[in-house]
Amino acid sequence: MYVTCYKFTYCLIPEISSLSWFTTIVPLVLVLTITAVKDATDDYFRHNSDNQVNNRQSEVLIDGKLQKEKWMNVRAGDIIKLENNQFVAADLLLLSSSEPHGLCYIETAELDGETNLKVRQALPVTSELGDDIGRLAEFDGDVVCEPPNNKLDKFVGILSWKDNKYPLNNEKMLLRGCVLRNTVWCFGMVIFAGPDTKLMQNSGKTKLKRTSIDQLMNTLVLWIFGFLVCMGIILAIGNTVWERQVGARFRIYLYWNEVVNSSIFSGFLTFWSYIIILNTVVPISIYVSVEVIRLGHSHFINWDRKMYYPPKDTPAEAWTTTLNEELGQIEYVFSDKTGTLTQNIMTFNKCSINGKVYGEVHDDFDRKTEINKKTLPVDFSFNLLADSKIHCYDHSLIESIKLGDPTVQEFFRLLSLCHTVMTEEKNAGELIYQVQSPDEGALVTAARNFGFIFKSRTPETITVEEMGKLITYRLLAILDFNHVRKRMSVIVRNPDGQIKLYSKGADTILFERLHPSNEELMFLTSDHLGEFAGEGLRTLALAYKNLTEEQFKEWLKMYQEANTSLDSREERLSIVYEKIERDMMLLGATAIEDKLQEGVTDTIASLLLANIKIWVLTGDKQETAMNIGYSCHMLTDAMNEIFIVTGHTAIEVREELRKAKELLFGQSGGLSNDHANGEKIQESKQNSVLEETVTGDYALVINGHSLAHALEAHLENEFLETACMCKTVICCRVTPLQKAQVVELVKKHRRAVTLAIGDGANDISMIKSAHIGVGISGQEGMQAVLASDYSFAQFRYLQRLLFVHGRWSYFRMCKFLCYFFYKNFAFTLVHFWFGFFCGFSAQTVYDQWFITLFNIVYTSLPVLAMGLFDQDVSEQNSMDYAKLYEPGQLNLLFNKRRFFICMAHGIYTSTALFFIPYGAFYNAVGEDGKHIADYQSFSVTIATSLIIVVSVQIVLDTSYWTAINHFFIWGSIAVYFAILFAMHSNGIFDIFPSHFPFVGNARNSLGQMSVWLVILLTTVVSVMPVITFQFFMVDLHPTLSDKVRNLQKVQKRQKPLQSHMRQTHRTSSRRSAYAFAHQEGFGELITSGKNMRVNNLHSASGLGRTMQNSTSWIENLRKKTSETVNSFSSDRIMKL
Amino acid sequence: MTNKSSKRTQQHPSRCPDNSAFKQQRLPASELELTAPAVLSSFFIIGLVCLAVGICLILTVLRVQEIQINYSDICSNCSKLRENASNWKTECHCTANFTLELSMEGDVLMYYGLQNFFQNHRRYVISRSNAQLLGKDVNIENSNCEPFTIYPNGTPMAPCGAIANSMFNDTIHLSYYPNSTTVIQVPLLKRGNSWWTDKNVKFFNPPSHNLSSAFAGSARPPYWEKPVYLLDEEDDENNGYKNDDFIIWMRVSAFATFKNLYRRLSRINEFADGLPAGNYSLHISYNFPVTKFRGKKQVVFSTVVWSGGRNFFLGIAYTISGAVILLAGFILMALHLKLRKK
Repeated sequence: MYVTCYKFTYCLIPEISSLSWFTTIVPLVLVLTITAVKDATDDYFRHNSDNQVNNRQSEVLIDGKLQKEKWMNVRAGDIIKLENNQFVAADLLLLSSSEPHGLCYIETAELDGETNLKVRQALPVTSELGDDIGRLAEFDGDVVCEPPNNKLDKFVGILSWKDNKYPLNNEKMLLRGCVLRNTVWCFGMVIFAGPDTKLMQNSGKTKLKRTSIDQLMNTLVLWIFGFLVCMGIILAIGNTVWERQVGARFRIYLYWNEVVNSSIFSGFLTFWSYIIILNTVVPISIYVSVEVIRLGHSHFINWDRKMYYPPKDTPAEAWTTTLNEELGQIEYVFSDKTGTLTQNIMTFNKCSINGKVYGEVHDDFDRKTEINKKTLPVDFSFNLLADSKIHCYDHSLIESIKLGDPTVQEFFRLLSLCHTVMTEEKNAGELIYQVQSPDEGALVTAARNFGFIFKSRTPETITVEEMGKLITYRLLAILDFNHVRKRMSVIVRNPDGQIKLYSKGADTILFERLHPSNEELMFLTSDHLGEFAGEGLRTLALAYKNLTEEQFKEWLKMYQEANTSLDSREERLSIVYEKIERDMMLLGATAIEDKLQEGVTDTIASLLLANIKIWVLTGDKQETAMNIGYSCHMLTDAMNEIFIVTGHTAIEVREELRKAKELLFGQSGGLSNDHANGEKIQESKQNSVLEETVTGDYALVINGHSLAHALEAHLENEFLETACMCKTVICCRVTPLQKAQVVELVKKHRRAVTLAIGDGANDISMIKSAHIGVGISGQEGMQAVLASDYSFAQFRYLQRLLFVHGRWSYFRMCKFLCYFFYKNFAFTLVHFWFGFFCGFSAQTVYDQWFITLFNIVYTSLPVLAMGLFDQDVSEQNSMDYAKLYEPGQLNLLFNKRRFFICMAHGIYTSTALFFIPYGAFYNAVGEDGKHIADYQSFSVTIATSLIIVVSVQIVLDTSYWTAINHFFIWGSIAVYFAILFAMHSNGIFDIFPSHFPFVGNARNSLGQMSVWLVILLTTVVSVMPVITFQFFMVDLHPTLSDKVRNLQKVQKRQKPLQSHMRQTHRTSSRRSAYAFAHQEGFGELITSGKNMRVNNLHSASGLGRTMQNSTSWIENLRKKTSETVNSFSSDRIMKL
Repeated sequence: MTNKSSKRTQQHPSRCPDNSAFKQQRLPASELELTAPAVLSSFFIIGLVCLAVGICLILTVLRVQEIQINYSDICSNCSKLRENASNWKTECHCTANFTLELSMEGDVLMYYGLQNFFQNHRRYVISRSNAQLLGKDVNIENSNCEPFTIYPNGTPMAPCGAIANSMFNDTIHLSYYPNSTTVIQVPLLKRGNSWWTDKNVKFFNPPSHNLSSAFAGSARPPYWEKPVYLLDEEDDENNGYKNDDFIIWMRVSAFATFKNLYRRLSRINEFADGLPAGNYSLHISYNFPVTKFRGKKQVVFSTVVWSGGRNFFLGIAYTISGAVILLAGFILMALHLKLRKK
């Protein structure tokens, strides 16, 4: 703070201290105190919430006993016990678990956004330890491993224990941020704790965020400072000349001091004197006021009931109080998918069975209607095991089941048989499914609700309760899912001895393998699928096939052969699978809703309307990400083109990007030639960036491994250009760090304000690097929220945060700054003008007390009230008219141009303030013939005029007059007069004669008619041009907000109109997909029986036994799971 | 877990924010509307008011009678003499004659005016000690009076400071010649010319039974001819720091050109209605040097009205502003109507 330095230094040198010490010190102390108090409280609250995480408890083995310990006290080498659904506190080496073979399941949604469960397995030697506390406590293995790094999918280490060495890899690690699922307990040894954990390594550095307005303000303050120096120099030169020409002769009355004895030295000192006097143009109180306003805005966010989410009792929270106005300038939103856009809940929504659609609700006239609260859900009370959380509104479906429609029954039977779900029966009747992917869970739960209850499984059997009857199927084979096959099948033998193959999978894949007789049904179903897809549902086709004993036996032989083969087992298996999955009979299709959070579609539509570009950055797979893109209408079929970049090498990626770019420009060039006015538009926007010239909607989908290349220095521009021209960008399979890199890229090259929103620990880096980070709160993980600047429970609140709070904040802040600069220029420049009439002697115009109090008492509150409460249009209209958001993005309300206007306005006002009293008082006398043109009266007149002019100006600027505004504005004027009279009173003069020399001035001057006439004229002259200008703009060139305001007035008179923004897109795009979140390998796990409790295991026989011999199943599993990851992680490593 | 959380919600109230108008930013509010009729009518009203005030002011100020006698030019020999500081002991008297064509009616005020005298220079303005002028016994060495504080021999100046030191010290008497032979000393009041607050609050003599003892131990400022307690030997209430001429001088002017009230006409006898028309002469004891700094001195006689003296600035400014605002109003209205149609 330059202010601090120079004030303290120069105020104390008598030769140049044109102001007494209190004039500068009092405001300064006040400013520093308020800032300090605010920072302290800020820190305190942040510290508090950090503690919430750090003080989470976990059970640590200390001295052979399990003890509760805070997270922050966990050290490397500790052994921790985790229980089901607990967060992993540190990076752990899995030692043992409750599940057989030291298996344990984790959910990594926090880390990478994937919702499926992942398997981790302990080393056989350590898994033997079980939950034997004594032995665990004695565990003294040494782990040598890589240094802490941010690679989530890689870990290399060696465990040395009992003279043996065991290699360790990522499959034995539980990373901080994961959640333990389907596992009762597990023990792990801490490898990395606290900041060394991979999660924390990924979260990037915490940077001090500053808003662009802050930066602009700093620049402006520097400019003003330069301006101040210029004024100082002008006046100093004036002083030197004056001292030589005029002062030299006047010296008979005004001696030189001993110190000051030459005109040049006098000029030099005058320079500093004027710097002190005029320093009020560089307003220090602006910093405090800005802080106070932001604090207020933050509280308004905290207090907003419309951003409060009752189910989780979570209000929106502003964790920082320094970024609010930037919320009104967002151009790019980077959103996580899982948990942010989606709820991470899958529900069975609709189905098409044998050519008939179920799940839609029709009104009395057979029209489709929206499901609302009045619609009665289907009563599942006949079914004791039904999951009460699931609702279905189509009564015809349940009727069909009850009537015993064979296809419908077969349909649900398939759903209850063909899956890899495990069951767990807790207390009586409470059936819990342990699902590997939420999609599958949704299907099985749906079947359960409709009376086909999957009860339990062994490696060879599946027990289902069909409409009350318990039926056990023999499981003959699971033809597992993988990304190429995009389907899974089971072969079962029902109690009647029939062998059946049930298959579910992506429609395109399955339709190719249907029996020709199904053609008609296929087309019908296909139509339905299109419809489902148009609604953004995840679709799945179901088919079955009856097998004869011979067919099966023949196939089984081939299968066993393939299964035992050593080389290219995968490929051979899939060829075998292919052979039996043929000529199937179509049953129908299901539609699962990956439930978006409430209002996501509308929110995104509004954000897009406001010209905000939304990029989805997710760690999830491309299919899932695109599906969500469709379901929230970020991707539509109306789009001209969706570019998908999946190249594995830099050259491929460049090629793909080039192609996309060519298409983009080619198209736009052609279009603008077609339309004559296209050129006009281009001309008018000549200055704008290239992206404006692209017409039509495009979208870009890019994969993590391609992104790694695209982010390289030589490609990043190409990538950015293409991406910025697209309406939607989806990046999938990205690592947390890549998320941050993308954000940084846009930040760096686009100079746009970015916002990142996410819920998981994988979003931390992005949240931290974006201008504004928003965390979704209310979920279990707190990490994202802690790193964020704002948090709330639902994505849809983003609209309110930006359109209402952000817009208002920006609007208010800009108004505030404009006014503040204006005010200080008007206030200070009077000294400058006076300089020309007082021999450039640094004589102030105002009383020193007035200078002290002007900014902090007389004029601070009205403008604060405006900065806090002003509203140009109502919140509803802010939400409805997305275009109102644009001025913020274009930074129209406060920029350098606006600053110069404010400055000019201030200078003009100061001229009026000085010269009108000057003219009126020049050689003048009062109405009683006594003094009026004396210095003190002149000073009081100008000060009073200034207060009144500035108050009238705030009256004009305030567009939303609450009681508080009234109170502050009128109060400030009243306080001014009260203080004026108090300071000019006899009493205070008697006590401090040297500090209050203006005694009696107020009553003498303000009793004069001509003084009031001067004040009135000054006010009129200063304010009328502003009114003229404002009226001219509003009346003849209304901005959108002016129009909306007008409309608002009309609305107030009439009944408010309903908002007209709702629009439901109906596009139909066939995006069939097999349960996206699914992962292969679980079929093998089941048939091998490895994950079954011992009591569940029957003597292995038949198929089970054949599977049993493949002892390497877990290796297979691991290989498969890490395949996709490895492929791009290697690229990423190169990049990193 | 569920138990715990439900317990917690029972213990703690919901975190739902209050539904108060303040917190929800729904405070009842009115809006200032810049509608065309309101703005245009305000333009016309303000314009007309300004115009009216302006014309009224001009007419009022026209009633003010004022006469200026620039005696630093008339008494050029005295002016020359005073340029040399070594002549300060030499007295110089000067007479300036003038004729009133019309009688000045009402209260007539007599001012001395100075041009180019920078009373508003910072070093000048601060060079005083209010505490000393209050009659308090203060150490003026710490005040801003430098360099007019203490003589080399240690005697403090009373009053100290540049303002006091440079006090206007011409004496001016006015004679009226009703005819060529008769001379009447025009009765002038030297008290009651300053603000009540200055006289009764701001200036006090040091407490003592008589003035000369009150100022004992201090000396007159270097440019003064006599000590402060001899400023008005005739009237104790107008002597010392409480001398009206001194008080008026100490109220420094805002500009380098100013006039200070010197005397008021005592409206008795033939001057009951003011100054009658005729011949007058000013008898000036010329002490205050001005030509040295290219300044000028004048005596001004003026009557006053409610708006003050003869200063047309305010009237003209109001008239012009009113006219401009009216004009702007018309232009805006024209634009408004024309573009509305579009």
